[in-house]
Amino acid sequence: MNPPILEVRGLRKTFGSLVAVEEVSFSVAAGECVGLLGPNGAGKTTTLSMLAGLIRPDAGEVLIAGRALTGDTDPAKRRLGLVPQDLALYEDLSAAENLAFFGALYSLSRAELRDRGAAALDLVGLSGRAKDPPRTFSGGMKRRLNLAVALLHDPEILLLDEPTVGVDPQSRNAIFDNLETLRARGKTILYTTHYLEEVERLCSRVVIVDHGRVLADAPLAELRAREGEGQRCTVELAAPAPADWIAALRGLPGVRRVAARESQLIFEVADLTVAVPAVTAWLAQHGAQITQLSSARPNLESVFLSLTGRNLRDD
Amino acid sequence: MHPLLALIGKDLRLHVHNRRALILTLAVPIAIASFFGSLFGGQSGRVKPSGVPVAVVDLDHSAVSAQVLSNLLAEAGLRVSFPTNEAAAQDAVRQGQLAAAVVIPANFGRDAGRGLFGGGAKPDVVLYEDPGRQMESGLVRGLLTQHIISAVARNVFNGASGRQFTREGLARIEEAQGMPAGDRELLRTMLGGVDRWLARVETNGTSAAGAGGPGGGGGGFSLPFNFREEPAVREAVHQFQYNGYAHSFGGMSMQFVLMAAIDWGLAILLERQRGLWRRLRAAPISRGTLLAGRAASSALIGFGTLAVCWGFSMVVFHVRVLGSWPGFVLCNLAVAVFAASLGLFIAAVGRTPEATRGLAIFVILILVMLGGAWIPSFIFPEWLQQASVVIPTRWAMEGFDGMTWRGLGFAAAVKPVLVLLFSSLVCGGLAWRWFRWEAD
Repeated sequence: MNPPILEVRGLRKTFGSLVAVEEVSFSVAAGECVGLLGPNGAGKTTTLSMLAGLIRPDAGEVLIAGRALTGDTDPAKRRLGLVPQDLALYEDLSAAENLAFFGALYSLSRAELRDRGAAALDLVGLSGRAKDPPRTFSGGMKRRLNLAVALLHDPEILLLDEPTVGVDPQSRNAIFDNLETLRARGKTILYTTHYLEEVERLCSRVVIVDHGRVLADAPLAELRAREGEGQRCTVELAAPAPADWIAALRGLPGVRRVAARESQLIFEVADLTVAVPAVTAWLAQHGAQITQLSSARPNLESVFLSLTGRNLRDD
Repeated sequence: MHPLLALIGKDLRLHVHNRRALILTLAVPIAIASFFGSLFGGQSGRVKPSGVPVAVVDLDHSAVSAQVLSNLLAEAGLRVSFPTNEAAAQDAVRQGQLAAAVVIPANFGRDAGRGLFGGGAKPDVVLYEDPGRQMESGLVRGLLTQHIISAVARNVFNGASGRQFTREGLARIEEAQGMPAGDRELLRTMLGGVDRWLARVETNGTSAAGAGGPGGGGGGFSLPFNFREEPAVREAVHQFQYNGYAHSFGGMSMQFVLMAAIDWGLAILLERQRGLWRRLRAAPISRGTLLAGRAASSALIGFGTLAVCWGFSMVVFHVRVLGSWPGFVLCNLAVAVFAASLGLFIAAVGRTPEATRGLAIFVILILVMLGGAWIPSFIFPEWLQQASVVIPTRWAMEGFDGMTWRGLGFAAAVKPVLVLLFSSLVCGGLAWRWFRWEAD
């Protein structure tokens, strides 16, 4: 494992009476790709803003390569590349002019602006549209240009704030291809999202936050292991199950955990072949009508559910 | 590339890219300034003034009334018409077609002459005035008084009519009851002397009032002075005179530069809403650079707008810098810098685009009205003229007027420029301090 290039220690931020980030600490090793996962309002964007020096934390510190950011003009900011959630582009400037402008903010020379601009456009597949303004682009193209702008000064650390919001699956795949290329080039990536599949595809480690606190910080494999090697089985009933059924169902052979959500019963089971017949028989004996039955391997959603008791996309 | 240059270049590119806004930014102030310029006298000496519309109804038809009419017709500032009767004249004033109407009553010449010596009832000259055009009717009243005194004096102290008036006056002195003997003797001597002098003039064939013209040295009775009208401005080689467009172009172009500057201030708030602010603040550049970049680009655009507007006024309306060119350029630069810093200040105070727009309208209206951008500040009431010295735009207009049609030297530009730059520093400093720097 490489030494940490980005360290977050005890970050806290309040806006009036609202506690946006209560206590967030984690670190990212050089070349690592970490997913910062949490539902809307969990404090992800506020955390990212503090990392990028956009807002000052009430408490805690951010270390870039072991050194805290000091002020607006700290050269360490050059090591960061921020991809905001909003499309931070000038719609009336051409794609090349956008790149040149944002690159110039990092004092790049004209030659660097030209060469790196061309390379960034090439990476995101927009070389042919360099002279066109973003207002003529599709949503996915704008997202890709939004990513390219953050690459111009060749940052070591990429801070991505939900970079695929509102794009079609094809564009999302294109962005992921770009990010995988960057990861392969050794960039450190902190990827904020509430899409589990994105974290699973891109990241080796995940930091789960909710209500401004870190709930879990572990490699993906470890988190899955915490949930066991078992499987997840969901039984849809015609009517919600009575609350006293949960304890009884938990005692059935092969069943590890049971949770009820509206008319669904969600089982964590060690062995489907043992648990499913026992569960269906018990439900039939107690007059329950099963409308649907499905099973899946545990994923981040189940991890998040078990950690927070909430679905990831709940607001 | 230096980030400051990049920030300025980006704003200039955005300004140029928006062709429609660019054209409107230039066309609108030019159109409005042209209109206001024509209202305020236009090009003096090049365009004949329309004159104050006034009607005269002569019910007297005497030599005196004829003289009054003749003099009024000769006035360049009046446009005299002769309606058929008094009712028609009054109606035309009521409908706003005329600024005033004058009715010279029957027997005016005779009664006015007697009235001069205190005998008989004085005639009533009726002046119908439009209450909404008091400045114009005031002008009519002044000119009418001047020409009536001139005509009556000419009649009373001239020839046979003059002798008749003096003799009537002598007769009234003799008939007056209770007049002290000493007063009676003095008046008898004075009027008797006038009568004898008129008789002598009559005998010698010389006109007593004939010397009433300018430079006349032959004696006689007339107004005791002549008017010699001279422009108080320095005249350049080409004999340019007062040009109303100079003031209107200065005022209107400044107004639109202020509006544009507010827009550039608003642009920062919109950048914040659109997430661009996050990207700008993530870069290793100082707050000072960010604000300076916006201020510099806004000032450059403002200066360019002023240059185009002035250029148009010079080519089309023959506005000239009769004073100091360096002073003129400095005044324009100072106005552009002030507008830019004001835009940032308003954005910092408003905090959101919606709040800033409302605040901006109020501030700009106050600045342009009290600054004399619409109408010259010398028209203001005295208290307002005193109060408006704290308005930076008032100084800007003083500078523009001084360097253009007033033809003042560089020294006259120094104070306006310093006031504007000081105001810019205050606005810029407060903007820097009050601006919400943290990203949302």
